[in-house]
Amino acid sequence: MLLYVEQLRTRHLGPLSLRLNAAEIVILQGPSGAGKTLLLRALADLAPNTGQVRLNGETRHEVPPVQWRQSVALLPSESHWWFGSVGEHFSSAKTTYLAALGFEDAALTWPITRLSSGERQRLALLRLLVNRPRVLLLDEPTANLDTDNTLKVESLIKRYLAEEHAAALWVSHDDTQIQRVASRIIRLENGSLR
Amino acid sequence: MNEAISMSAFDLGLAAALVMLLALLTQGLGLGIGKSMVIAALRALIQLSLVGLALKFVFTRSDPLWVAAIALVMVLIAGREVIARQERRFAGPWGYGLGTLSLFASSFVVTLVTLLVIIDAKPWYEPRYAIPLLGMILGNTMTGIALALDNLTQLACQQRGVIEARLMLGQDGRTALSQLRRQSLHSAMIPIINAMAAAGVVSLPGMMTGQILAGQAPLEAVKYQILVLFLITLATGCGTLIAIWLGEKRLFDERQRLRLDHLASSPSD
Repeated sequence: MLLYVEQLRTRHLGPLSLRLNAAEIVILQGPSGAGKTLLLRALADLAPNTGQVRLNGETRHEVPPVQWRQSVALLPSESHWWFGSVGEHFSSAKTTYLAALGFEDAALTWPITRLSSGERQRLALLRLLVNRPRVLLLDEPTANLDTDNTLKVESLIKRYLAEEHAAALWVSHDDTQIQRVASRIIRLENGSLR
Repeated sequence: MNEAISMSAFDLGLAAALVMLLALLTQGLGLGIGKSMVIAALRALIQLSLVGLALKFVFTRSDPLWVAAIALVMVLIAGREVIARQERRFAGPWGYGLGTLSLFASSFVVTLVTLLVIIDAKPWYEPRYAIPLLGMILGNTMTGIALALDNLTQLACQQRGVIEARLMLGQDGRTALSQLRRQSLHSAMIPIINAMAAAGVVSLPGMMTGQILAGQAPLEAVKYQILVLFLITLATGCGTLIAIWLGEKRLFDERQRLRLDHLASSPSD
């Protein structure tokens, strides 16, 4: 088992428990305002929370937060950029997957201001993958994308999980997408999972 | 030293009458600032008269305990002023404590070093040096710290998305705040940097003007003015750095999470 979560509580959620296995995509569903984003934030340790969380048997509070977030990485629904060019946001120039999402290498030199919302979203995913996370927490990662790019992102994520023995917890509202990618589905309602 | 021309109550009254006239004029034009102008003028009159009396009292005694007591009151009031100027202050005792501590640490150290080493007053706590120096240093450091903290907390709220995006890429809190830190420090230091750059060319600094009007030789007044500008820069810089450092610590918790809930809710909420 890759990610083990037991009795997780935040101010508005829980207690909840869940498991993620390697190479698995678990779809997280739930009505708007159910706390899906909050759950992802708690797992990435961005929102205050209590409970037992283990990655590959290693307890979270024994892992420095900086390392934890590189391993259990959150891709928020809206991406943020703070330097002038794309490449400055990448911790390493070794971005293997640029071509897989339809970018040429020169994309790293692009100024942020010329990016479309779809390009921002795809590049934010690539930026995250540079850290080689073991768990991907994806908050509607294809919300701004057309069908073609949606399929590219899906197949990249599947490929990444297989190659890295990683797992994903994926918030999606798109039924056809869920059919294409889901290993299983969990629902968050009234602060608890089922 | 030339004897300064002493001012009579009539002289001051004339200036006051002109301010009143201006207040009436703006009121008559419906500009709505006359009332606050009159109140502020009255406050200045009363506060400065009281300070004059207090200084006269302390100067004649030259007792270190009295100097310390006045200095303490000054720093506590300045700390109050720092927190009052912030849109998003830290909640609880941190709000007052953080600004006051930074003020205290920088202003007192800089004033002490000046009295002991640079001016070498005898005795070192000689109130006619200690209190005006501390007052000028405190006043400017207070503005710097208030600007820095106000910027830091407001920017942290506005740029929460950016800060958290940086945390999510595996940066620690300090790195994630690097741009905010620079902006906060700049906003605090720009006024004193401008004051130094413009000193003597665009404006004659108030302290120097006051000394010259009171009969001091211009070159002596200039030397003191340069000293004061440097001390203010030093104290503002140190105080601001301490305040930003403490503020950053408080913005994150032990798991390097951005904790905007450590700020009091904004008055407009």
